[in-house]
Amino acid sequence: MWSRRQGRLRPTVCGVEELRRRRREREAALRKARREQQLVSKRLLRNDAPEEAGEGCVAAILGETEVQQFLRQAQRGTEEKEREGALVSLRRGLQHPETQQTFIRLEGSMRTLVGLLTSNQALLQLEAARCLHELSHSEQSTVAEACLPATSYLLTYLSSHSSDFIELCLYTLGNLIVESEAVRRQLLPQGIVPALAACIQSPHVAVLEALGYALSQLLQAEEAPEKIIPSILASTLPQHMLQMLQPGPKLNPGVAVEFAWCLHYIICSQVSNPLLIGHGALSTLGLLLLDLAGAVQKTEDAGLELLACPVLRCLSNLLTEAAVETVGGQMQLRDERVVAALFILLQFFFQKQPSLLPEGLWLLNNLTANSPSFCTSLLSLDLIEPLLQLLPVSNVVLTVLCNVAEKGPAYCQRLWPGPLLPALLHTLAFSDTEVVGQSLELLHLLFLYQPEAVQVFLQQSGLQALERHQEEAQLQDRVYALQQTALQG
Amino acid sequence: MQLPPALCARLAAGPGAAEPLPVERDPAAGAAPFRFVARPVRFPREHQFFEDGDVQRHLYLQDVIMQVADVPEKPRVPAFACQVAGCCQVFDALDDYEHHYHTLHGNVCSFCKRAFPSGHLLDAHILEWHDSLFQILSERQDMYQCLVEGCTEKFKTSRDRKDHMVRMHLYPADFRFDKPKKSRSPASAEAPGDSGERSEGEAMEICSEPVAASPAPAGERRIYRHRSVSELFLKPVLNMCSVLRILGCTWAAALLILNSERIPSTICFGQGAARGFKSNKKKTKQC
Repeated sequence: MWSRRQGRLRPTVCGVEELRRRRREREAALRKARREQQLVSKRLLRNDAPEEAGEGCVAAILGETEVQQFLRQAQRGTEEKEREGALVSLRRGLQHPETQQTFIRLEGSMRTLVGLLTSNQALLQLEAARCLHELSHSEQSTVAEACLPATSYLLTYLSSHSSDFIELCLYTLGNLIVESEAVRRQLLPQGIVPALAACIQSPHVAVLEALGYALSQLLQAEEAPEKIIPSILASTLPQHMLQMLQPGPKLNPGVAVEFAWCLHYIICSQVSNPLLIGHGALSTLGLLLLDLAGAVQKTEDAGLELLACPVLRCLSNLLTEAAVETVGGQMQLRDERVVAALFILLQFFFQKQPSLLPEGLWLLNNLTANSPSFCTSLLSLDLIEPLLQLLPVSNVVLTVLCNVAEKGPAYCQRLWPGPLLPALLHTLAFSDTEVVGQSLELLHLLFLYQPEAVQVFLQQSGLQALERHQEEAQLQDRVYALQQTALQG
Repeated sequence: MQLPPALCARLAAGPGAAEPLPVERDPAAGAAPFRFVARPVRFPREHQFFEDGDVQRHLYLQDVIMQVADVPEKPRVPAFACQVAGCCQVFDALDDYEHHYHTLHGNVCSFCKRAFPSGHLLDAHILEWHDSLFQILSERQDMYQCLVEGCTEKFKTSRDRKDHMVRMHLYPADFRFDKPKKSRSPASAEAPGDSGERSEGEAMEICSEPVAASPAPAGERRIYRHRSVSELFLKPVLNMCSVLRILGCTWAAALLILNSERIPSTICFGQGAARGFKSNKKKTKQC
């Protein structure tokens, strides 16, 4: 049967170096694709049962006559094993783009395959579905579009009772969705949203993970904000999605990852975020963040950032909604453990995934910007020094410190004395205008609310540090103002 | 990056919010040339800020990151046969058997043996093909429900329903689970354009004698319409179930319960069933 996890690598064939090289290549390709707004990735379920391993890594490309022959055998063979075997051979051949092209160009081939997909022979049905799945993995949109006749059946089978089969249909749908707008244009009127809303009540983890995948592909579509997200928000899907993200014994990481990404695509499209806040998204995500921070302390699991990333993004974007400011919204996220959890995650990113540090700091900014409570937590939990350690990573550190300092003398008193001033003197030595500009803003607030800092600033050659920038157009006004303040102080 | 030791303890302790320090802003803080304003920032979908995280997500989808441990093999068991009467399939893996059972025996019409992928489609089929009361009612009101999940439209005829599904839902005109009811002619061909594949369900549908429960052909239907309700009480099985239908449950469901082939858990006969009808038939299931 199909493996319930992602595909398998073959360590015997490819060494570690080779894997790393391939990963670097793929990463570069993905970055390029994203910049061109063509980021498409698919998930392939492929079972390499032992009896097939003998075939080696590469299956043969099939020609037109062979494809026809296998189809005929599958359709009209007398022995069930023979029919099944024919489809297995076809499926292996369809791993090749050339065979896929041959298949779709053959008249009646899809019709036959759909006939087999909808037959009452269970194992034939499965093999036919696997053939479709191989086709769905193609990077040619013509192949995806050739699968259009099958979509109504794939949707129908989502309400069947065979969880393996449902899982397969979902991954196939997810792959087809991401490849072609024509497929999406057909699937929406065919009722994919209600079908998914019914299917999400399945108790099977593998089905849920597959559903999350398919939904995430649907939500990434360019036309999603106008054409897809509104009907998803109108369905029961958001409530179920949030349920899958609730921490507890039932939380499954693979499932949670998919739905967290789904939520991210919905939220950053900004279609109707207050609705999600109304469903308790902020408190669910906040609790999940706490759970993640607990998990990173306990396990060496390198996969946690896959879940942490979308959770951070969702929280950050939701916090910008005006709805948060109402009594309901604000009550959902006041727990100062969120700040503690965030720093634990920042440390985790520092060690395992530094590229996610800016996203973590973004959340910190959004938490502290309008919240005296969270700013106070930063101070009372002694987090200023750890925060300063992240200065080389991102300017947002300075922004967060400004968020704290701008709240007045009570806050600046707690920032002083301490490592803040030496850190600022250090950043003033940078040539990056952005960094220096933020440092000047922070100095201004510090001087205003904590005048004793001025003396120490002067003693530590602060003026010289300022002078470096007095010719810089973007900085000179502020440099001058600070020089005046310092000299008068 | 060093964290204060008390932080983990704080995480483990209960929820709470710090009593915020008093906020006291001086207007000079925001005075020119200084321009800092504390504000939350939002990023839209395509923003470059998301590039790194997006790339990680896609690497995961492409299975490069996660080194998956060996997946356990499909557990094999000693070969066993399917227990359903008349089925001689043999299996050596439970997953295969599960799929076979659900496909072939899961949602099977007890009248014509046709198998359906879901309970929803089976129910619609039974109603439309094997329920004479449905036929009667459908002459007066729209009874043919759209088969697409989530669509509540109903139609006068199955033809109208098909047109709706094709036009509005872009379903194929030869959608396999919405075949029009065939006449009684023997060896009726499948709908034109079918791939001609044979399957167990299809074969039985074509050649078997219709079970007594099947609705009568058009001629008899007209006669039923003219009978009075009291006359309906005199007729055996067919009419008992029609009465039950009037009383709130489907005849088809009643028959099924009597046959015990498929017992929907939601069937409830209500109190009326006992009150208005005295019969020497087997007691129907009360809810």
